[in-house]
This record gives sequence, structure tokens and C-alpha cells, in this order.
Amino acid sequence: MPAIEVKNLTKEFKGLKAVDSISFEVKEGEIFAFLGPNGAGKTTTIKMLTTLLHPTSGEMRLNNYDPMANPDDARRSFGIVFQDPSLDDELTAKENMEFHGVLYGVQKDLRASRIEQLLNFVELWDRKDDLVKHFSGGMKRRLEIARGLLHHPKILFLDEPTLGLDPQTRTHIWSYVKNLNKEEGITVFFTTHYMEEADRAAQKIAIIDRGKIVAEGSAKELKQKTNTNLLEDAFLALTGRGIREEEASGAEHLRNTRRLWRR
Amino acid sequence: MSTVYILWLRQLKRYFRSRARMIGSLGQPLLFLFALGFGFGPIYQRAGGGNYVQFLAPGIIAMAILFTAIFSRIEIIWDRQFGFLKETLVAPVSRFHIMLGRTLGGATVAALQGVIVFLLSLLAGFRPLSITMLPLAFLFMILVAILFTALGTAIASLLEDLQGFQLIMNFIVMPLFFLSGALFPLQGLPKAIGIAASVDPLSYGVDGLRGTLVNGAHFGLFADFAILGIITALLLAVGGYLFSKIQI
Repeated sequence: MPAIEVKNLTKEFKGLKAVDSISFEVKEGEIFAFLGPNGAGKTTTIKMLTTLLHPTSGEMRLNNYDPMANPDDARRSFGIVFQDPSLDDELTAKENMEFHGVLYGVQKDLRASRIEQLLNFVELWDRKDDLVKHFSGGMKRRLEIARGLLHHPKILFLDEPTLGLDPQTRTHIWSYVKNLNKEEGITVFFTTHYMEEADRAAQKIAIIDRGKIVAEGSAKELKQKTNTNLLEDAFLALTGRGIREEEASGAEHLRNTRRLWRR
Repeated sequence: MSTVYILWLRQLKRYFRSRARMIGSLGQPLLFLFALGFGFGPIYQRAGGGNYVQFLAPGIIAMAILFTAIFSRIEIIWDRQFGFLKETLVAPVSRFHIMLGRTLGGATVAALQGVIVFLLSLLAGFRPLSITMLPLAFLFMILVAILFTALGTAIASLLEDLQGFQLIMNFIVMPLFFLSGALFPLQGLPKAIGIAASVDPLSYGVDGLRGTLVNGAHFGLFADFAILGIITALLLAVGGYLFSKIQI
């Protein structure tokens, strides 16, 4: 049984096909990279898989549950780190974890022991009582990963988890994720713009462009197929060099406003 | 139930942790109370209306609740991109419980702001007529708080970004406040204003507060209570429905 199964998945926004009849499979215990230029449909696909968005048509299976028909079973099966932060800044690290545990119905004793274990795992236990708003970008990311694991999901979604982080922190985060995959057998589905991350971590890669999957395989296979030495070059050969002009959405407006406020 | 409770608790923790926001949102009602209360006081007295601060204070309490309630919900727009909302939306819990927890949390905060404004209005010389009516006044505060928090939830569920915010301020929040009879008596108004006031739900909240605090209900306490109750139930249902339809 594959961890994720997608068949002819399509999402239209006002007649525009953001995701156009894509199909793929992610095996249990696999690290799967979902790559593509801006606006290719990566985040839209993740949103559909994680019950945040309803597909226009097509089928999905997550840990053998249909996210549309059994959203709560599907939701218990995955943990997610979103592209934009989703922590409560006014709460402490531990409180953020507690909230997650309550929402997922993790029993109190179990919750306490797992929170300690996970915060130790991402090296934040000594900062557990600090408000999240005082955390750096990398610390927030680590906390989000720990939180996503609290209910012991089978699948972990990471939507550009290392965006805007320095190489040290990125290496750190990937060592957690790989470790987790190896020891717990957790399936990892991630997107990134850093090709070397996909090259190093992913066992399988799918490349999506303009809503369609244009290539699939291991990093090695993709390089062979395109006759290139670097995954970045393979990626460019497959998706072209044209820069994608993404129409600014409501989310993009908010992101810009946020950047201004941060200064 | 634990979902509703934990989301309610979160709202309260946030409130008590950001004193700046708490104090900031008291500025406007206090300015209204002091500037209008003492500015129009003499002319109101001469026109035979009696003590204007006494008349105005319940309206300003309602105002503080209205503003806090709506603003606490507008943060949903922000929250769904950069905050905790997404985290709750992918959790295996019912959307209605999420909405309920957040609404009750926001309403509790708004009612607390109302109580603070009430206490501060005592400094401005406001004197409630009877202590025994205070619990009933508090009940009205809670009802007004839940009503407008639910309205805020409904509005925020429909908006994609903060650009609609100005629109809401100018075409919903301000008219709700200015047409509610918070600042002027509802007797003898021009017909159009009178009608506007009678379809404004805040009018009944202000009226209920005035009735319980200074004994001058225009519609009658029972009517106030019934109408507020019905609109609150309706808005909770609509807010719950719209919230359950949020896609990100």
C-alpha cells in the first residue's frame, strides 16, 4: 500500500488549471521531493492532500484514507510544516505543542512525555517556556517540525521548510528529517527550491510545471535522462529557463505587508 | 469540548499577555466618553436631557465591546496565512468547534473590555442606578460581545486579505456604532435615522445596557434581550457555516 496515491488530480481556479490531471505515488517510508518553478502547482497539491482545498476532480489516498470522504482520519495520518509560519507567536514553545496535542486528542501523560522528547530532539527543550515571537526563523521551523510529529503521523509534509534559512540551519533541519525517516520509517513529502536538498535527501523526485508532472524518478535517473551532471541543470532542462510571472494573490499581498511590518 | 476550551483559553492568554493592545483599545472609548461626555454635557443638560455622561456611558461600553469583538475576528484573515488558523484547520476536529471556541474566546475578551470601560466610566462620574441590576447588565455585555464576534467571524471568513478592512470599518463598524443610539436618545428622531437605528442590532445592546444601568430602556429590556438573542443565534449559525467553508 503506498503512503500517498494521487490519480488524475485537477484543481481549477476560475477556469485556470493550477493542477492539471496529475498522478503519482509515494511509497511508505520514502522521502519524496515535489519540485517545480513558482506557480507550478506544488502548494495547491499539498493543500488538496491536506484537506485545506477541495479538488475540482480526481482521486487521492493518504495512508489509504480519502481526504475528502474521511478528512479526520486523513488528518491524523499526516503532520505538516507550512510554507508560511503557523505558530502562535504569543504562546510559548511548550504551549504551542500542548495545543497541538489537545487538538489531536493525545492523552495528557503521553503528551507531556512526547513534548519533552520532541523538544529535545529539535534542541529547543531549554527554550520551552519562551514566547515563540522571540525565536529565530530556524528555531520556529524546528518547533514546527516537532509539533507536526507530536501525534505520530505516518506522513510528514514539508512545504519549502528551509526557505530563508542559512546553510547551517538547513543542514541541521535535514539531518533531523533524514534521521526521522530512517529510524521511524516516516514518509516525507517535501517541496523546495534548493535542488541540492532534493538531490541529497530524496529517494524519488517528481517535477511539476504549469500544473503537469513533466518528469519523475530518482535524482540519478533525472540527470541521466537529461544528460546533465547537476539536478539543477536537469530541472532547467525539463522546465525551461523562462521566468514564471506569478499573479499576485491575496496571500502574496499579505506576505508583502508582513515584510514591511517586520522592518 | 476540549477543542472549544483550548481555543477559548488561547484567546484569553493572548489577551492578558499583550497589555499594550489591551490599553490601546481602551483609548478610543475613553476619548469618546470624556470628550463627548463633557463637551456635550452642558448643552444636553440645557435641552432638558439631564446628565449626559449618565446617558452616554452605556453607549460607550457597547462601543468598546463592538470594536474589540470585530477586531479580534479580523485577525482571522491574517491568521489564516501566517498564524495558528491553518494549524487548527488541518487538525482532526470539527470546524464548528474551532469557530465556537474562537468566538467565545473573542467574546470573553470583548466583554472584559466592556467591564473595564464600565469601571473607568465611574471615574468620569457615571453612577449606575442599582447594584442589583449589574449582573443583568453584564449579561447584556456578554450577549453583545458574542453577537459581534460572530458577525466578525462571518465577515472575516469571506475576506481574502486585509484590503477589505477599510471597507468594513467605514460601511459596517462605524454605521453600527453611530446609528445605534449610543450617542443620542432614540426618541423623536427623523424617520430615516429612526428606522436605521431600529434595524441596527447594537441599538438593542445599548438599550439593554442603558435599561439595566440607568433605567431608560427605549424598546424594553425583554425585547432587547429577545432580539439580541435571536440575532446572536442567527449570526453564530451563519458564521459557523461560512467558517466551515474556508478554503486556503
